[in-house]
Amino acid sequence: MASIEVDGKAYETDEEGYLTNLADWNTEVANYIAKTENINMTDQHWEVVNFLREYFEEYQIAPAVRVLTKAIGKRFGAEKGTSEYLYGLFPYGPGKQACKIAGLPKPTGCI
Amino acid sequence: MSEIKKFMFVNRKAPHGTIYALESLEVVLITAAFDQDVSLVFLDDGVYQLKKGQQTKGIETKNFSSAYRALEGYDIEKLYVEKESLELRGISEEDLLVDVTVLGRAEMGELMDQQDVILSF
Amino acid sequence: MLHIINKSPLANCSLDSCLRVAQPGDILLIEDAIYAATIGNAFEGKLREAMGRFKIYVLQPDVDARGFTGRVIEGVSPVDYSGFVELTTTNKTCQSWL
Repeated sequence: MASIEVDGKAYETDEEGYLTNLADWNTEVANYIAKTENINMTDQHWEVVNFLREYFEEYQIAPAVRVLTKAIGKRFGAEKGTSEYLYGLFPYGPGKQACKIAGLPKPTGCI
Repeated sequence: MSEIKKFMFVNRKAPHGTIYALESLEVVLITAAFDQDVSLVFLDDGVYQLKKGQQTKGIETKNFSSAYRALEGYDIEKLYVEKESLELRGISEEDLLVDVTVLGRAEMGELMDQQDVILSF
Repeated sequence: MLHIINKSPLANCSLDSCLRVAQPGDILLIEDAIYAATIGNAFEGKLREAMGRFKIYVLQPDVDARGFTGRVIEGVSPVDYSGFVELTTTNKTCQSWL
């Protein structure tokens, strides 16, 4: 079993670095995972990450990128509801990277 | 995508007791990415999948019933439930956690007949 | 004797078979068998009839998981996991109808 260590505490992850236990998540862990993904967390990044956590809380799934894009546009304005914007924040895929930082499982059907 | 096909997912198993309901839902969510004409049908014990108020904490499994409410965001809006299946189980449309179209068995059969692909769970 | 059923009575005949064959005793409905004990289901009549000969139990966590909290037929006794264990120890024998 893989794990990461943040502030002296070990957190279990899968082999791709996704947290095993949703409840383990906190902002320090998020920042740590972001660093391993070469992402410097800004307010815009947090907006997406927090939205993902909210979405998961409500539906118990991580949304597909297309669904996330649409939902972000609806919530934060059309200019943010584009793949350009989201890929600008998370170059290796908003679903994949943002979900990992948000402590969620990899989205179903995520390539 | 060249041609849009009519896909129907037929769900006939109760949730939690077997893996069918969850597997079906996962395939449906993936299929949504292909912009096809998707219909979900709930027949027999399959109608139990949509029962409101499922609380799986006690059996320590994932409560995937919330995900049916996410289908709308995936543009999957054609959900059909057989009237007779509801009646035999003492439940009604108000007991379901999403908006559905209730069809009688004859209409359900017709709808099935119009599909290009049917996947059974 | 304790009989344990885990299949929905509307999709499988194990509860029917149990009621046909078994001598009076305890029946515990778990997993999808809890639907047999929900108000208004098509098996309700048969279950009520069986309640004269059997003491019927349902595993409450399975009822909750399926969204039927508060909609179990009166006279059916809810048990939790420790109640389940107790039933298996207080009965001399136990059969799971698979």
